[in-house]
Amino acid sequence: MNVQSPLLSVRDLKVWFDIRAKGALPWTPSQKLKAVDGVDFDLMPGETLGIVGESGCGKSTLARAIMRMVPAEAGTVMWLGDSLLELNKQDMREHRKEMQMIFQDPLASLNPRMTIGQIVAEPLKTHFPDIPASEVKERVREVLQRVGILPNMINRYPHEFSGGQCQRIGIARALIVKPQLIICDEPVSALDVSIQAQVINLLMDIQEEMGLSLIFIAHDLSVVKHISTRVMVLYLGNVVEISEAEQLYRAPGHPYTEALISAVPIPDPEAEASKEVMILDADLPSPLNPPSGCVFRTRCLIAGPECAQSKPPLKDLGNQQLVACHKR
Amino acid sequence: MNLDTNMESAEFLKGRSLWGDARARFFRNKAAVASLIILILISLFAIFGSYVTPWSNEEIDWNLMGDVQTLGGPSIETGHYFGLDPLGRDLFARVVQGTQISLMIGVVGALISVIVGTLYGATAGFVGGRIDNIMMRIVDILMAIPYMFVLILLLVVFGRSIFMLFVGIGMISWLDMARIARGQTLSIKNKEFVEAAVATGVSTPAIILRHIVPNLLGVVIVYATLLVPQMIMFESFISFLGLGVQEPLTSWGALINEGAGQMRYGTLWMLGFPLFFFLISLFAFFFLGDGLRDALDPKDR
Ligand SMILES: Nc1ncnc2c1ncn2[C@@H]1O[C@H](COP(=O)(O)OP(=O)(O)O)[C@@H](O)[C@H]1O
Ligand code: SF4
Ligand SMILES: [Mg+2]
Repeated sequence: MNVQSPLLSVRDLKVWFDIRAKGALPWTPSQKLKAVDGVDFDLMPGETLGIVGESGCGKSTLARAIMRMVPAEAGTVMWLGDSLLELNKQDMREHRKEMQMIFQDPLASLNPRMTIGQIVAEPLKTHFPDIPASEVKERVREVLQRVGILPNMINRYPHEFSGGQCQRIGIARALIVKPQLIICDEPVSALDVSIQAQVINLLMDIQEEMGLSLIFIAHDLSVVKHISTRVMVLYLGNVVEISEAEQLYRAPGHPYTEALISAVPIPDPEAEASKEVMILDADLPSPLNPPSGCVFRTRCLIAGPECAQSKPPLKDLGNQQLVACHKR
Repeated sequence: MNLDTNMESAEFLKGRSLWGDARARFFRNKAAVASLIILILISLFAIFGSYVTPWSNEEIDWNLMGDVQTLGGPSIETGHYFGLDPLGRDLFARVVQGTQISLMIGVVGALISVIVGTLYGATAGFVGGRIDNIMMRIVDILMAIPYMFVLILLLVVFGRSIFMLFVGIGMISWLDMARIARGQTLSIKNKEFVEAAVATGVSTPAIILRHIVPNLLGVVIVYATLLVPQMIMFESFISFLGLGVQEPLTSWGALINEGAGQMRYGTLWMLGFPLFFFLISLFAFFFLGDGLRDALDPKDR
């Protein structure tokens, strides 16, 4: 096996938001909300990385920081040898066609005043303004066909389509510039279960055809299981575990991952009835005031005194399974 | 075969745009449609009215001049359909002229506010941060100026002219619009379609023009429609104070002022005709704005 170099390499990425209480005086210091607090990972060409975590744990913020849609506090993002966070605006624009994004709310991600033909053509026209109109039209038809939308619909408006169809249109918009990476931010969370599977299968087919890499974000593990090569689990802006998908489901390393997996329903009713669900009691701590040491300790069943002392680093349990826990 | 022809005809499937839906909703609103028709008629009156009467707005009818109070009333025979004004000029021609100027002031004021206010507000809202702060503080400061006072000073110092009126109206009309557009932009900016455009690398001016402005246009149009009568009233008030447009030009406000001054002589037509046009247009604009709001923003009822 040859050793590939990663397509995307993120190191110690931090995104902090300034939070100011409503009506606070201008000279009071603002609080730091550490939405993403030191994330490391690599993404290989052709790979799918699933990112899982509860709502509010910083998944979207991580994705947006990689795309430079929110400013990062610290860290590096290497993309094909370029350090994205240091590029000027113009050079960054060049890279934007190589990485595209799909969003959670399919209808809201399409401009209601534009026809779907205009919507899908926009990235192409933005990056290749000199392409003749006839070719743009041809490419739009092609890509719509590929995602399963009849090309004669190009003059229709987004509100005339169902959620699943809107998501397909969103995928077409991402595909038209032939990117190398698509970041999917909870692309199926807003869809019916039956349609979720169709959209996930479509993404998998396209990935195989085009040799794309995917970052697939979801708030529960069952959705990413099917599609991911590797899975990264986030908790309050920190990576708690990252490993091969199969390994993670079979033998989760981190107590938080264990709890998440125990909550995934098993298709067999008997096994489902007898299985133990680990309840995560206590609420998610506020990201404005995270626990000292291990961020998970307020809800961890096996927490000990050392957990409040220092933040556990990610360590390799073997098999490329990285876990951030003092007790593993 | 059958399928083929189907596909062929389907080739031309037209979409129902949000604008199309809004148009359909608008035309179901009787009061709004009636207002629109009234406004069209008033505009036609302003444009073609001068061809209907044999009199111009400057000519003095020397035959009747001495007896305006008794003989100068509205009459078909004399050709003075609306009667005479106090100086013996044809009131119909004067009302046509006043309508032109009042409508122009209203429409120009609204246009300035739409163009300047929308772009200004959308830019402030979309760019955000410090630039937004500075831009909106400027609006606050301009709003804090007692503009009526300033305008009256300007008119007194530089002399009364229609140009000064436009300057005054241009100064104030876009401020509210800028605030409204900014507020709308803040909510549109967080929509995912804007994020998608940012992620793809669409430039900021293109995002503002292609994604933000078309989505706040509904609110802008409604507000602009309501702004037209406000501008007309504003001008009328200034003219009523005797500071507005200058003779031989006139406006509804100036005519009403003139007519009101003659009331004690019993020549009520001099007040009645301009007042009628003034009121009916204001009502029509308000109903039109209302209808547009219902049509463009169906959730907001
Ligand atoms: N623009 C922002 N300003 C301030 N706080 C933000 C902003 N965006 C996200 N946050 C906060 O950052 C945290 C992570 O949010 P997000 O990345 O959207 O989570 P997720 O996508 O995992 O649900 C949340 O606590 C959220 O309130
Ligand atoms: S470090 Fe401690 S608190 Fe954190 S997960 Fe491990 S055992 Fe639990
Ligand atoms: Mg999210």
